[in-house]
Amino acid sequence: MSSATLTRAADTAPPPARRRPLRPARVVLHVFLAAVAVGWLFPILWAVLTSLRSYEYTATHGYVSLGGWTLDNYLTAWRTAEFGKHFLNSVYITVPAVLLTLFLASCVAFVIARFSWKFNIALLGLFTAANLLPQQALLIPLFRMFTEIPLPAWMSDSELLYDSYWGLILVNVAFQCGFCVFVLSNYMKALPHELYEAAMVDGASVWRQYWQVTMPLCRPALAALATLEVTWIYNEFFWATVLMRTGDKFPVTSSLNNLRGEFFTDNNLVSAGSVLVAIPTLVIFFLLQKQFVRGLTLGASKG
Amino acid sequence: MSDLPLIQADRAVPPPAATTTTRGRGRRLRLLSGTDRVVITLMVLVPLLLVVGLVWLPAGATVLLSGTNWDGIGPLGEIDWVGLKNYDDVVNIYPPFVPAVQNNLLWLAALFVVATPFGMFLAVLLDKEIRGSRFYQTALYLPVVLSLALIGFVWQLIYSRDQGLLNALLGTQTDWYGDPNVNIWAVLLAAGWRHVGYIMLLYLAGLKGVDPSLREAAAVDGSSEASTFFRVVFPVMRPINIIVLVVTVIESLRAFDLVWVINKGRNGLELISALVTQNVVGEASRIGFGSALATIMLVVSLVFITLYLFTVMREDRR
Repeated sequence: MSSATLTRAADTAPPPARRRPLRPARVVLHVFLAAVAVGWLFPILWAVLTSLRSYEYTATHGYVSLGGWTLDNYLTAWRTAEFGKHFLNSVYITVPAVLLTLFLASCVAFVIARFSWKFNIALLGLFTAANLLPQQALLIPLFRMFTEIPLPAWMSDSELLYDSYWGLILVNVAFQCGFCVFVLSNYMKALPHELYEAAMVDGASVWRQYWQVTMPLCRPALAALATLEVTWIYNEFFWATVLMRTGDKFPVTSSLNNLRGEFFTDNNLVSAGSVLVAIPTLVIFFLLQKQFVRGLTLGASKG
Repeated sequence: MSDLPLIQADRAVPPPAATTTTRGRGRRLRLLSGTDRVVITLMVLVPLLLVVGLVWLPAGATVLLSGTNWDGIGPLGEIDWVGLKNYDDVVNIYPPFVPAVQNNLLWLAALFVVATPFGMFLAVLLDKEIRGSRFYQTALYLPVVLSLALIGFVWQLIYSRDQGLLNALLGTQTDWYGDPNVNIWAVLLAAGWRHVGYIMLLYLAGLKGVDPSLREAAAVDGSSEASTFFRVVFPVMRPINIIVLVVTVIESLRAFDLVWVINKGRNGLELISALVTQNVVGEASRIGFGSALATIMLVVSLVFITLYLFTVMREDRR
């Protein structure tokens, strides 16, 4: 796998002859791309800009103006909307859900990639398709099911799967498993089979082959998937909206809707709240951008 | 929520040692010890139960419930079968249904005819190894890491009637999110903003997987850049094209968050997904009726999911 990737990378590397003078076509290309990029960043920058200005100033001078700089919106938003609590709720849901998704998906992917039996394709299809179904198509039975399944009081103060973190974690795991099974099984299929032959000779059990041989080799794929899954589960809006009732327990993305009422007439506060909610995903994105890129190149060389 | 395959998107390069592994694997299964068999069973069974229990069973139950008049309260034993009556009601006596279908189709058309080609075009430009490519890519991809609910809020700052940028610049008084004649277009712009970056990434990965010698051969034959793309590169990316098609259809069908944060999918922003939700968690809990709507979504999506599976699995076996 790595040698193939290397040769391909070498093929596509720009030859030295590319250092030619700037042609008009290149200038046009850069101007166009720069304009698109700025246009794409604009809504986000505008939100940041608005969040940093006082409501009084923008109300009198209009939003197309400069001045009235302040950080008060962030303080007010943080306090009125209780962001601290909602962020924590997001952590309670996202961290276990991502870990569980990766663990369960890697188990299935390992079996699919390592052994061939007649249900392989069906199993892979069953998992992959589950990830693509529209959530609303499952809502009615799931909603009903969650209101019927009891949980002990120490696990959920609603004493039901409905309106509990456990329910949200489970539903996120069930939904995201398919995607991870698909990616991981492709990744694992590309691992050299000799590894397992050597492991078998050493008398390694199936579990050891999974946990000590396969999983360490899958680290790049797991890292890329973890990055994506954290973003997606943190961003998840629908399940939390319909399977939670207590406002205090909403993760931050779904609590946005409650904030809307509180911030109704104050766009500066709305923008501060939006920026606060966006920060975790933006931080992850900028810190781990390589994981996204690596994920893509891993896919490009199939495996 | 709903992001679809990203990493595995491209299959243009065949796996190196696929044939030998398949043969090797088949032989080993019989040699397994008892414990190993139990471990394997558990490794598959636990995740399988979760996915079947929380995804596939509910999906099947939705289809069954769509044939009943259940109100969601009484015991399951008291359910009356009403056949296709719910579907008849959905189509004929439910006013928001037709606008919802129209909006879903409009959503699909906007993403498919405008956002997707634009994303592909940007990918082609960025594939040329130009300086600053990283910056451009990052800028375009940035909206993809934001949730759609959040995007609704961010664009509210531009669309708001009294405090929005758009009205300030245009000197108009339009309520972009509230006016049922324009709000779907305003929302589509925000949805397209996110979709373009996503499609661009998928195609960038796809383009990297295209064998460079194909392009060189075309260039030697004197083919222009545009015709090389349409006649050589684009057809080679067939699997990616199908994935993008499916991604776009499913995203348009599943669209929900954006309209729900704006006005819960009413007043010009009707979508089938929002109607299902309104019928279950809203004031009126009409289970059978909502299930008929949900089944329509399910059937449409399954058609495209099947297409997707056939594409990726065929590439898999190659």
